Amino acid sequence: MSALAEFRGVGFAYPAREGGGGFAIRDLSFTVGQEEIFGVIGPNASGKTTLIRLLSRVLAPSRGDVLLEGEPLGRLTRAAVATRIAVVPQDVPQGFPYTVEELVLMGRFPYAPGRFFESEADRAIAGEAMGLTGVSALRHEPLDRLSGGERQRVILARALAQKPRLLVLDEPTAHLDLRYQAECAGLLRRLNREAGLGIVLVSHDLSLAAELCDRLLLLAAGAAVKVGAPEAVLEEATLEAVYGCRVVVDKHPVSRRPTVQVVWPNA
Amino acid sequence: MSPASRLGSALAVLALVAAATALAALFVGSAPISPRAVVAVLTGRAQAQGVDEVVVLSLRLPRIAAALLAGGALAVAGAGFQALTRNPLAEPSVLGVSSGAAFGVVLAQVFGLRAGLLDALGLTAFAFGGALVAGVAVYLIASRAGGLPVHTLLLAGVIVGIFFSSAITVLISIVDFDRLGGVIHWLLGNLSPVPAGALGVFAAVAAVGFWLVLGQSRQLNLLALGEEGALQLGVNAERVKRRIFIGAALLVAAVVAFVGPIGFVGLIVPHALRMTLGPDNRVLVPTALLAGGVFLLAADTLARNLVAPAELSVGVITAFCGAPFFIYLMRSRAVRLAP
Repeated sequence: MSALAEFRGVGFAYPAREGGGGFAIRDLSFTVGQEEIFGVIGPNASGKTTLIRLLSRVLAPSRGDVLLEGEPLGRLTRAAVATRIAVVPQDVPQGFPYTVEELVLMGRFPYAPGRFFESEADRAIAGEAMGLTGVSALRHEPLDRLSGGERQRVILARALAQKPRLLVLDEPTAHLDLRYQAECAGLLRRLNREAGLGIVLVSHDLSLAAELCDRLLLLAAGAAVKVGAPEAVLEEATLEAVYGCRVVVDKHPVSRRPTVQVVWPNA
Repeated sequence: MSPASRLGSALAVLALVAAATALAALFVGSAPISPRAVVAVLTGRAQAQGVDEVVVLSLRLPRIAAALLAGGALAVAGAGFQALTRNPLAEPSVLGVSSGAAFGVVLAQVFGLRAGLLDALGLTAFAFGGALVAGVAVYLIASRAGGLPVHTLLLAGVIVGIFFSSAITVLISIVDFDRLGGVIHWLLGNLSPVPAGALGVFAAVAAVGFWLVLGQSRQLNLLALGEEGALQLGVNAERVKRRIFIGAALLVAAVVAFVGPIGFVGLIVPHALRMTLGPDNRVLVPTALLAGGVFLLAADTLARNLVAPAELSVGVITAFCGAPFFIYLMRSRAVRLAP
């Protein structure tokens, strides 16, 4: 069985006029297995956002190939990619007051780009997705009246309405309080175990990544530093070298997964 | 309510309002014709080629048609530009697109194109060229990696508008003024009778523009997520942009070539519709066609009756409504946009 997603020797450089210069991603190879939760971690500007753009075919690699179930992304149409990979951004712009339901229904676009209005089946799938993330009661609310946490769950519902094989999350818990962080983590686990959804989790929260992910990829300056089980990747010496600050790696008292804490410098 | 049924009921209401407004506009004007005489003309009982018939059928009726068409075209173009730039203040005149089209028209007149049917096509072609150049220039000036900052876009539109207005002034000053008959009145927007053939060209060009915008209205909804978000949902953003630019430029070009650069219709109408019907472009674009027509027809009926027997330019009325409205929008929460 081929991997769900694969980076094969991928390099990418932004054009110089867009503030590029040098490679944002350098010779990057890794695979995301079927039904795996795969974490991507690394300091700011290490290439995490570029990785998401390459994986969702927003950008095409300058070198190498990005493959989805064995097929190079460049050979698929954008709509075909969007039926298999759904990206959950940190937030959505709120220039126009779309309602929750309108936003979630947008997830159905790639299945029939030629349709003018969504079908009844589309509405049913969107309703189901809203139920899964607990936003059904908000369906007629305009997005700009929601809290950051509620909006995050709406965006997740939109991604689920895409019925993807692979869910790519960019800092999913950034706007969430502790309860919703826990709920979000629980939901991702459930989707992974029950629906067999592959997940790529990009996060600054190393402890969360360690808790949820089967394997981690540690990026620095666009290149892989380490790929492997959280216990193998999250080592104090490695992290201190990559992030440039002192950290303590411990074990979570309940889950026995690694946790990472900063050693705050004394003023 | 699903967007389809919302669209259906809104279109039914607007069609009624449009018919009522058009009918009412037939009855008022500077020529003293009694309502009874208008009814006689409409039912075919008036004297053939009499003054009453000429005024009602050859002056008022084509003017009503032109107002409905021009208003609808401007409102659809406004809705398209707003969705494309994710900016509720974007509008053909604010973005300088109308000025670009006007420059094209004045240039065509300098080359000797007048009012005939073939000339009408030529004027529209020049207007289209001007509108497209202005629109794309504004877009390129304002776009940054990953976004279109609201204020940069508006400033770019103002600058490009000033540039083309100055270019028009230059043309007017170096060319024998008589060759550009009525240009000043036209520059403010003037719906005085358009010949039937030209009206046909106008309608055909506007129909193509409307079709292009309407066909992308679902994609325009997704563009509200930002270009990257839309790409990730399978939208071919480049194609959407191309079609909206071409469609909106056709709409603006037709309006400017036949009735002049009328401002603010494309700002007021889509916004009012958005407040009542929500932001779904699949509902907004078709309803804007009717509502824009009603708005401009009402403004024009005011323009030709307020100071009768003299006549105001309709652009004056829309600007008097539009300028305060623009300020209100700019200060309200509607323009709290991501960069």
